[in-house]
This record gives sequence, C-alpha cells and structure tokens, in this order.
Amino acid sequence: MQLESRDLNATRLITARGDRLDAAAAIRFKDEMRDLTDGGPARIVLDMSRVAFLDSSGLGAVVGTMKQLRDDQVLELAGLTPTVMRVFSLTRMDTVFTIHPDVQAALGDDFAHAS
Amino acid sequence: MNRADQRGGAGTGRERFEVVFPGEGHALRQALKEAVAFLHKLSLAPEVRGLVELVLAEVGNNVIKHAYCDAAQGVIEFRIEQRQDALRFVILDDGLPMAAGVAPPGRLPRIAAMRADLPEGGFGWHMIRALTRDLNYSRIGNRNRLEFTMWPAALIQGPEPE
Repeated sequence: MQLESRDLNATRLITARGDRLDAAAAIRFKDEMRDLTDGGPARIVLDMSRVAFLDSSGLGAVVGTMKQLRDDQVLELAGLTPTVMRVFSLTRMDTVFTIHPDVQAALGDDFAHAS
Repeated sequence: MNRADQRGGAGTGRERFEVVFPGEGHALRQALKEAVAFLHKLSLAPEVRGLVELVLAEVGNNVIKHAYCDAAQGVIEFRIEQRQDALRFVILDDGLPMAAGVAPPGRLPRIAAMRADLPEGGFGWHMIRALTRDLNYSRIGNRNRLEFTMWPAALIQGPEPE
C-alpha cells in the first residue's frame, strides 16, 4: 500500500493511499510505517480515509505499527470508514487508539497553517 | 402445482452465488471482489456488504493459514444464498481439519495495559462469531464445511457483543 508522509508543525501526517489493508498488504504496511516513523516527531497521525477495507490482519498491522514506535511517540488514527471502525469496536481496539473523525479534526491548528 | 412452479423463480428472493478459487491471498482478494459484486445485486446497505466481505475474508484467511498451512495447495469454495431476510453461507475446503472438530470460540485477547503487550492477532474468530448466527463446522470425508447465517437487519444496529 502506498503511504505518503508530511510533517505539519509537531505532527507527522501519514496518508494511506491504498484501499485495502488486508493479509496481503499487512506485512509491507508495517515495514513501511516503521521506515516512516523512525526518527520522526512524537505525534503520528495516520489518515485512513481511503482505506475501504481492513480485516484482522490489517488491524494487527496497525497495532504492530504502534508497538514499533519509540516510547515517546503516539499513533493516532483519522477518517476511519464505517466498516473499518466496526472492526476496531468489535475487537475493543477503539479503546487503545485515539480515533479522529477526519484529518482536519486530528490536526486542528496544524492543518489550518499548513502550506 | 402452481405453488411449486412459483417457488424458486426470479424475484422470490433466492439469489445464489458460488465461487471456487485457489487457497492463497490474491485469489481470495479476487473471490471477495466477485462476492461483493453479487451482493450489489441484492438490496443491502453498504455497511452490510462491508461486514459480509469482512466475514468472508476472515474465514478465507483462516482456511489459507490453518487448513492449507499457507502452502497454497488446495481450493476454497464460497457459496452464498439469499433466503428472504437472511444470507446463508457455506464455505468448503479440502485442507486439514479444525482442531477438536469445532470452530474456535473466538475469545478476544485481553487488552493489555502495556503497549508492548498489545495483541496483534486472535481477533478473527471473535469477529466471525459476533457477526454470524448458527455457525457450524463439520467434516465430511476429507472436506471441511463451515456454515453460518448473517442477518442484515441485525448487523446494522446490533450492539457490540458482551
């Protein structure tokens, strides 16, 4: 899955460009996220608004991504589509992540001042 | 005589779908695409289609991983039948039997306090059981058969399980 990254003030915004985070995509996703978060700012926001499908493998990859972070880093999620959100709530993993309705809500002032 | 003719004809809500595919990831993706295309022909809410796709993906992944041990040496069959307000599923494969002869209970892994201890797996069967009814596994000869029903009306506003 293609991932794009840019820094907005103190936040690294990573946009997931592919529409399926499933068993076939999970391992590469975790590896690429490690590369993109290594040495990065403390706050990482993952924009998942283009991800139409996520299964338990995809969920595991997102959790695994968070476990790869430094202790001072956090991974927040934005723009989860209804079925993807259902996976997080069915598994109670929605209690583990901060989940924003969209990128704008996640970034607030950072977004307003982005160039 | 007339009633027998009318049953099972077009418009009686008994649409059917079948796909047989190699038990590996890319073929599963394609099979899911075809299943979703079939679901589009029924009047289902988009979220219901998404949850059906999710259950089929979880079951398919389990067959690939555990019945076929990721060796991609068998086929999987998905059968879907619409019966009035419900969807009935049969999943068939020729792989290894399920341990203990029953489908896993799907207990959710505990959400640990420490980030390093958070679970990355063990979610699949919980979701399958939460979203389906009347799930039953049986083995007939060398063939695994998993059947279950999904009720679209229950899926949309269903509360989260215990």
